[in-house]
Amino acid sequence: MSALLITGADLAGSGRQDLLIEDGVITEVGALRSTRGADVLDADGLVALPGLVDLHTHLREPGREDAETIASGSAAAAVGGFTAVLAMANTTPVTDTAEAAERVLDLGRAAGLVDVQPVGAVSKALAGEELAELGLMARSRARVRVFSDDGRCVTDSRLMRRALEYVRAFGGVVSQHAQDPHLAGPAACCHEGELSGRLGLPGWPGIAEETIVARDVMLARHTGSRVHIAHVSTAGSVEVIRWAKQQGIAVTAEVTPHHLVLTTDLVAGYDPSFKVNPPLRPREDAEALRAALADGTIDAVATDHAPHARHDKEHAFVDAAFGMLGLETALPVVSDAMVSAGLLDWAGVARVMSENPARIAGLSHHGQPLAAGSPGNVTLVDPSADVTIDRDSSLSLSRNNPWHGLTLRGAVHATVLRGRITALKGGLA
Amino acid sequence: MSAISTTATPSSTQTRRHLLSVHDLSTAQIREILETAAEMHTVQHREVKKLPTLRGRTVVNLFFEDSTRTRSSFEIAGKWLSADVINISGKGSSTSKGESLRDTALTVAAMGVDALVIRHSASGAAQQVSQWVDAHIINAGDGTHEHPTQALLDAYTMQQRLGDLAGRHVVIVGDLTHSRVVRSNLICLGKLGARVTLVAPPTLMPAGIAAWAEADGFALSHDLDEVLPTADAVMMLRVQRERMSGGFFPTAREYTVGYGLTRQRLDALVEANPNAVICHPGPMNRGLEIGADAADAAQSLILEQVSAGVAVRMSVLYHLLAGEGSSQ
Repeated sequence: MSALLITGADLAGSGRQDLLIEDGVITEVGALRSTRGADVLDADGLVALPGLVDLHTHLREPGREDAETIASGSAAAAVGGFTAVLAMANTTPVTDTAEAAERVLDLGRAAGLVDVQPVGAVSKALAGEELAELGLMARSRARVRVFSDDGRCVTDSRLMRRALEYVRAFGGVVSQHAQDPHLAGPAACCHEGELSGRLGLPGWPGIAEETIVARDVMLARHTGSRVHIAHVSTAGSVEVIRWAKQQGIAVTAEVTPHHLVLTTDLVAGYDPSFKVNPPLRPREDAEALRAALADGTIDAVATDHAPHARHDKEHAFVDAAFGMLGLETALPVVSDAMVSAGLLDWAGVARVMSENPARIAGLSHHGQPLAAGSPGNVTLVDPSADVTIDRDSSLSLSRNNPWHGLTLRGAVHATVLRGRITALKGGLA
Repeated sequence: MSAISTTATPSSTQTRRHLLSVHDLSTAQIREILETAAEMHTVQHREVKKLPTLRGRTVVNLFFEDSTRTRSSFEIAGKWLSADVINISGKGSSTSKGESLRDTALTVAAMGVDALVIRHSASGAAQQVSQWVDAHIINAGDGTHEHPTQALLDAYTMQQRLGDLAGRHVVIVGDLTHSRVVRSNLICLGKLGARVTLVAPPTLMPAGIAAWAEADGFALSHDLDEVLPTADAVMMLRVQRERMSGGFFPTAREYTVGYGLTRQRLDALVEANPNAVICHPGPMNRGLEIGADAADAAQSLILEQVSAGVAVRMSVLYHLLAGEGSSQ
């Protein structure tokens, strides 16, 4: 029998308690004495959160193991405080069959640092034409519940409608990458506005996201299905989602740490580190996203961790790959931008980084309250530690880190997966 | 050349390592480049055209995008200054599959070049390269961003005919969205005190142009006929026929009726101001944005622009490169 006693942690900001985890399950919470030969983890001054859950990562395996593997991505996730991550389907080959989904699941289990839950493609080969084998993926050992063509939008309204209807049979959800490809084509690489005009970069207007969000909440209303909006980036999308929730439509939404904080002016120097899809937006959008995360309009923070080999970023801006690393910096960014700013308390962080994403993804063993009977998944955060982000200390295989050099308040101290310490003080345990 | 040698300490401009954008130049530096260009221009009319100024220096024209006229202009400019000039065609990197821009730039720079003249279909390419290599970088056109030597030669040519451009009204007409020429000209003409009006259908104006115009103090119009009578210079920009398939405008015929410099508009321009001039950075689509009458009119500076291009590029190379190292 394994036992871990976490002492003196502030449970999601609700008061100091000790926490005993035995055989992977929390068995006691309270003022406990270290008996029974448990390992002790001193959490004095630390905040305990239910293990973090990331709805949106790109782990690049299979296909681009030079940029990331499920093992290296799992390591970055563990260090970042995550106990579960969803791995997007846009790998090579695409996760569009039960076999492919089970392979991702198994590689995650082999790495053993976080629960890696595959996302299934909505359409075969992400082509946006025919449904992938959604039901077989759902019935597989991987028990896929989240389906997404992420990287591409499900543009065809009829296909989107059918997908929303179909996944209802097994409690699935479609996570939409909202981008009208006619309003924001493949070259669109920068928020469309005065700056894109001056820089001569093809613009990616907010409206290309907002029209799809608006369509999809109406499809969700019509079908009675759940829809999830990935990486919401504009104030207009927030307004549509807020309205939809008021109507009782089953819509959920995520925001990335980078869209909460980083803004479009960063691309003025044509540094592809700041090229991401959807693009960084103006300050007013970032403010609206923070407010929406605080008031619950946006349910979850998801990283959209998108590792890229260095040479894929060292092209001209318009040709460089889209995406940023996010797993190791998400908690410090949210702590700094939301908690330090007074927009969210630690219970709120637990909600948007663990409880809500676990509920959206249907991961019943994650996102549970830190109480007896819950799985022993815990993230310990040092709320007063200042961390200076160093891209070279990352456990990811890639270095496309837009936060490099910034100092943020709030650090992951330790990550505990089913009673086992997976990461401690910035390294694997 | 006597004029050059009397002003031989190559100026404040020389503190600049690169010419990536007209933003890199102060008004004084622009004037200095234009003055030197005038001196260089006289070289073109001499029997022996070579100056020894850049002897022993190596200039590479690294062109990722075809442009015979700009490349030739830089090549002649470098050769008349006695630099060794080499042309390299970079492979277009429209995908992220081929060699990275950084690798290409490092490879060329490793050969020991003093200046890289870069043309690329992607905005910002020259600026990115300037962060990776030690050579001086001259932007010979980056995507739809800037083409600083074009703006300098436009200013030079207009000044030759109009005198000081301060207070002059320059009307720029055409596909503004996809034009690097207009972006460099807005900055250059702004610094020289000209009044600028941009004319295009709304679909060919860049995103956020209204805020940009407000911040930088230029005017916008969709009505060429209203603007034309007050113009001292009209700069017609190339409109690519492919834009029609992008839905930017319905037909060439409709474009010409709305925004072309037709015979009738030429007459209106000349009637209002006989001294007005007409520019076009080339290549022209005769019959689309500019009619033959306007292109060949006495008011047209189009061939003078080409001639001035060499002098202005000589001046730019001189200001960036001369006085550094042993050649001076």
